[in-house]
Amino acid sequence: MNLSRILKNGFLVVLASVFLTACATQKVGTKTQGDVYTGSDSVEYLASGVKDRVFFATNETVLTTASRETLRKQAGWLRKNSKINVVLEGHADERGTREYNLAIGERRANAAKDYLMTYGISSNRISVLSYGKERPVDSGSSPLAWSKNRRSVTVKAN
Amino acid sequence: MLLRYFFLLFFLLPIKSFALIEVDITRGNLSPLPVAVSPLSIDEQSRKSFKKVLKKDNIGSEISAIVENNLKQSGLFNPLNKDAFLQKPDIANLKPRFEDWNLIKAQALITGKVTFVDEKLRVEFRLWDVLAGKEMIALAFTTVPSNWRRVGHIITDKVYERLTGEKGYFDTRIIYVAEEGPKTKRIKKLAIMDQDGFNNQLLTLGNELVLTPRFNPTNQMVTYLSYFRNLPRVYLLDIETGMQEVVGDFPGMTFAPRFSPDGKKIIMSFAEDGNSDIYTMDLENRIVERITNHPSIDTSPSYSPDGKYICFNSDRSGYQQIYVMNSNGKNVKRISFGNGLYGTPVWSPRGDLIAFTKLHKGKFYIGVMRADGTGERLLTENYYQEAPSWSPNGRVLIFYRETKTNSKGEGFSTKLWSIDLTGYNEKMVETKTDASDPSWSSLLTN
Repeated sequence: MNLSRILKNGFLVVLASVFLTACATQKVGTKTQGDVYTGSDSVEYLASGVKDRVFFATNETVLTTASRETLRKQAGWLRKNSKINVVLEGHADERGTREYNLAIGERRANAAKDYLMTYGISSNRISVLSYGKERPVDSGSSPLAWSKNRRSVTVKAN
Repeated sequence: MLLRYFFLLFFLLPIKSFALIEVDITRGNLSPLPVAVSPLSIDEQSRKSFKKVLKKDNIGSEISAIVENNLKQSGLFNPLNKDAFLQKPDIANLKPRFEDWNLIKAQALITGKVTFVDEKLRVEFRLWDVLAGKEMIALAFTTVPSNWRRVGHIITDKVYERLTGEKGYFDTRIIYVAEEGPKTKRIKKLAIMDQDGFNNQLLTLGNELVLTPRFNPTNQMVTYLSYFRNLPRVYLLDIETGMQEVVGDFPGMTFAPRFSPDGKKIIMSFAEDGNSDIYTMDLENRIVERITNHPSIDTSPSYSPDGKYICFNSDRSGYQQIYVMNSNGKNVKRISFGNGLYGTPVWSPRGDLIAFTKLHKGKFYIGVMRADGTGERLLTENYYQEAPSWSPNGRVLIFYRETKTNSKGEGFSTKLWSIDLTGYNEKMVETKTDASDPSWSSLLTN
């Protein structure tokens, strides 16, 4: 990759972040990118600096760059706390049929599980539980609420 | 439990096949047939006996009211106001004066009599063609008094069948999920009620999440998804005894269960490592069979009524679409090609149509298409609705519909609705609490 391309990409990122900051001030500190939630509302911490959840785009089960970073931190924390097991709870938003949403919740939780496993966490420390659209964190009917609900949450099991 | 098969059904006279009044149910019926439901006559002694047993002052009028309500709800009939009736019930049942009924524009007349015999309820009723001045049905049956509501439903089924040429759907029940509490921690319980909303009963306590109950088309078993001990699994429940058991021994979530048309198998999804495929379990020999094997999500399976085919939901094309395959999993064909996403396919008990949920441009639709995917017809559009279930005669669909919530999370409700195959006669089905995931039983008596 040549230097000018890197610079150009960097420039775009800067532009994007300026734009997002502008949005953020309007939406009282909550935001999405694409339609993946990037805010901190509803997010809890497993340990200092270790977020408990990752978010997904509509109908998607692919981990974003930010999600992978969160999961790497979770993996680091799990390696240090080798007695702790976790349940990955996969969720969908309310804009889909119940049964398909159960399947997509399971797929989201497994996407997170697979990533934790590539960072050395044994599969027998991780169980997966899909709630489909049954347990939203935000009960609103708006794209922002739905983006918070499309998530996989890592919960201590013991 | 509440169900007792204690119906002695016999014909007073053979049904005569005159070319009498008929109701066409294949089109949206914009002019329902005017029908007079004369209250079932009752002698004073029977009236007192029933009052003692059932705490109802006049069981004859009560049963007629059930028939009247059923006919009205069907959208095909217009029960006339009783105040205009000129003939007394007991006399009308013997020999109607057709001029009198003609005068109030009744085209059909239902009369009858209820008596208390040997601790049992005996009912006889007749359906008359007012214009032709002829009897169309004469039937009598006996049952335990506590079945009195079902007596009204059976009468309606017989009348409906005689006038439309198709089986009715009134002596049936709906199993559904009763909901309460805030959206973020909803409490859900299995519930069952008669098709008209009466005899509502809760079947679970709400300690664990329960979803998607479905009737066995041949008996009183139900299959559903329960989160008992936080392990989402398909369960089998006998609603007469309350006995239940997990279906199969799967190492992960099983969901989206449904019975085969002969009631002997359960077909469902099993999710493992992010992949959901379709499996069946034979309820007699407990043999589990894998039907699909594809890295996409395969769910919401439903058999054709002859058991030869399965329709299901898959995102193997990238998004949710409807597919049909042979019951052994071979010969998979996509059948939904319209704009938008398609889910929850359910095969009609008549075999000709598949009902589905469709999401397009932020709206949800309930629709039907032929089994080869042609002839797509959308019946109703709303903010959110899904999960259609067929009436046993394949003429009506019941489904659930959710409302939007505001930014504070207020204003949410979920209710059951029904709509005719024609797209007409959309109605909310009253339930005590919020409700979702309805499933319609077969006819309880034939």
